[in-house]
Amino acid sequence: MNRIESSKELEALVSKLRAESKDRFISISSGTCGRARGSTKVVEAFKEAAKGKIDIKVTGCHGFCQAEPNVIIFPEGIFYQHLKPEDAKEIVEKTVLKGEIIDRLLYKDEVTGERYVYQKDIPFYKKQMRILLGDNPFIDPTRIEDYLARGGYLSLAKALKMSPEEIIETIKASGLRGRGGAGFPTGRKWELARKQKSDIKYIICNADEGDPGAYMDRSLLEGNPHSVIEGMIIGAYAIGANEGWIYVRNEYPLAVEHVTIAIEQAREAGLLGENILGSGFSFDIKIARGAGAFVCGEETALMLSIEGKRGTPRQRPPYPVEKGLFGKPTVINNVETWANVPKIIDKGAEWFSKIGTKTSKGTKIFALVGKVRNTGLIEVPMGITLREIIFDIGGGIPGGKKFKAVQTGGPSGGCIPSELLDLPVDYESLTQAGSIMGSGGMIVMDESTCMVDVAKYFLTFLQDESCGKCLPCRKGIQKMLEIITDITEGKGKEEDLETLEELANVVKDTSLCGLGQTAPNPVLSTLRYFRDEYLAHIRDKKCPAGVCKALIKYTIDPDKCTGCSACKKVCPQEAIVGEAKQPHSIIQDKCIKCGMCYDVCKYDAVVIT
Amino acid sequence: MPRIRIDGIDFEAPEGWTILDAAKFLGIEIPTFCYHEGLSAWGGCRLCVVEIGEGKNTKLVTACTYPVEEGLVVRTATKRVIRARKVLIELLLASCPTSKKIQDLAAKYGVERTRFKPDWEDCVYCGLCVRICEEQMMAKAIGFVNRGGKLKITTPFDKTSEICRRCGGCIYICPACQLRCEGPEPPSVVCGRCYNALQPTCIDYYEDYQCYMGLKGECGTCIREEPRKKGG
Repeated sequence: MNRIESSKELEALVSKLRAESKDRFISISSGTCGRARGSTKVVEAFKEAAKGKIDIKVTGCHGFCQAEPNVIIFPEGIFYQHLKPEDAKEIVEKTVLKGEIIDRLLYKDEVTGERYVYQKDIPFYKKQMRILLGDNPFIDPTRIEDYLARGGYLSLAKALKMSPEEIIETIKASGLRGRGGAGFPTGRKWELARKQKSDIKYIICNADEGDPGAYMDRSLLEGNPHSVIEGMIIGAYAIGANEGWIYVRNEYPLAVEHVTIAIEQAREAGLLGENILGSGFSFDIKIARGAGAFVCGEETALMLSIEGKRGTPRQRPPYPVEKGLFGKPTVINNVETWANVPKIIDKGAEWFSKIGTKTSKGTKIFALVGKVRNTGLIEVPMGITLREIIFDIGGGIPGGKKFKAVQTGGPSGGCIPSELLDLPVDYESLTQAGSIMGSGGMIVMDESTCMVDVAKYFLTFLQDESCGKCLPCRKGIQKMLEIITDITEGKGKEEDLETLEELANVVKDTSLCGLGQTAPNPVLSTLRYFRDEYLAHIRDKKCPAGVCKALIKYTIDPDKCTGCSACKKVCPQEAIVGEAKQPHSIIQDKCIKCGMCYDVCKYDAVVIT
Repeated sequence: MPRIRIDGIDFEAPEGWTILDAAKFLGIEIPTFCYHEGLSAWGGCRLCVVEIGEGKNTKLVTACTYPVEEGLVVRTATKRVIRARKVLIELLLASCPTSKKIQDLAAKYGVERTRFKPDWEDCVYCGLCVRICEEQMMAKAIGFVNRGGKLKITTPFDKTSEICRRCGGCIYICPACQLRCEGPEPPSVVCGRCYNALQPTCIDYYEDYQCYMGLKGECGTCIREEPRKKGG
């Protein structure tokens, strides 16, 4: 692409690309999740089948992970799911050429049995507000032209005509808060950085997303990297920075690839580098790849990691806006925050501040996972209730089971029980309920989940990921885990709960960084809402959900057992005995409680007690 | 110079001082463990936490790393601080009961037990040795390796270091191996005998201020907070 020299040239190019872009094409979701479910082969098949008939666009994630691999056929917006390479030919021949709908490939509501033809009608999408993710199906992330055709970089052109102070005022007025979790007002952060006097200032995009089960930032970087880059350029102009970094974890190879290509293309087009759009402002972005430490998502640790040092958090103040990367004023924001910036500049602060609640504005992307029918990446306005997210968008709990809790905010978040399902999702409400907004992980749990086991799982994760610098986080998490492990093994005492609570509060109070300060949340929130379950483990030596191995026993109900021997065959310990067609039984001493017999029995004869 | 209020004392602290510097200047005692005057502040043991702020909006920060700033209100011995310190000492005790420095802290702060399983570790990861090696011996021969439960302090790749001059600075400064306490024997981890024999100071607090009137119970102006009477 030729270098764009001025805003006028950019506007002309955007109109030209807009006019040239076809509204008839097949958009194939092929982010990491799609590829994991075989979208690469589907793409190949479509390329073959669609030759000369219709354009295809290989895009980032469409959000509906449960339905991967999926395609959307534009302009109608016909949505086909769970595709195999064989389906490509049929889709092109029937739907594209003849306009017929292929029923079996449509999304079907499991409860009502209703089939949906168009993407916009599917309940999963209906309640969403896809401001940031909505562009994904239209953009091939490896082509800057696609982003430009959607009006990309026009916000930058607009911003460069404003004064930096005006931009900061706009962001402040919009009410945008950091999407990384803590929710610090973005405009205020920029203003503080703007006021700093320094020869060099830095901009950082934090894409070190490490929460188990969360992938919001990955999808944005994979599917629409230019929106993040555009946001960063605007931010850099506003605070007066000339150098930027994207810190992305190396476990996201596709995100690294796409963002690298995007930066090169932006540079070629003159949107990064010297004298951007003839404004005299220069800015460039480098990529730093993280080596997989969860704690490096903490801003001070992240900056040390870029500097090539050991990634351990340090005391704030001084805050990064005063002394950040290489000791210079630095603004560090999350991927999603940056992606919001061009939208706000484009549509105005007032438009943005109308979305959401009094204190939390705009939309938020969540990775809705766990025991829920429609898993996927959702974008919803702030203030939506958990019930709407889980039951309307998520489609409820599969397998006729009951909802038990939802865990928000990743390993450092808390578990919210069913009594609080009508809680509006915003920064303050979640904090009050003992959880956090976090970067947007949302794990749904049903009645077969043991809450003590959940707390144990997250503590195990955090124990390994604590950097080890400060005592309460390193030792405190270790000791909390020891106490909880004892409880799950039936060795707990009632006074342990008091110790656990006191220790958790001290860890929360005295830890150095966000990791330690929020690490006790899973423990404290489960103790607060599910104390009964802890007590059942301690007093009755029972795990009500039937999860904690030391407290459960597998037995065979002789009335139900038909003697089919299916369980006997799968048992790795040869712990099941019995003649064919006679009721079997389990030798308890040999049983390792792997649950294979339970899974394989068709007659529900294996029972957990 | 920033004006701060520390335990009720108004004080103009020189720019660049930390809360700990100011407290020391005023003779207010704040316990430290990973802090050393000759080394950079680390903020790892969190023992020097103090409560800053007023009203509902207060938080705990480490005195050794927190810089003084205009209008800062510090209280060094609130209930929240004392409770946190006691639990932190319990954690230290459980990590390394054979450190005399830790046993002394326990004795001084009235920690008579630890509710956690003792690990009998040799290292408490205070980072003093790493800092003395880098900052005073200009060697940088040792550093932290790994994270979480696998954390350790060693030379690069566990190989004998060519940079290390065997100066022994790391051993000199180590709170765990320099002075060993042979008192505790499993399963008990608390010793505290020699500190108690020397000077059991009073560590009670009253209205957020610590008492420095001398030995336990001897000052006569008992500062122990009265338990609130029912209905009163």
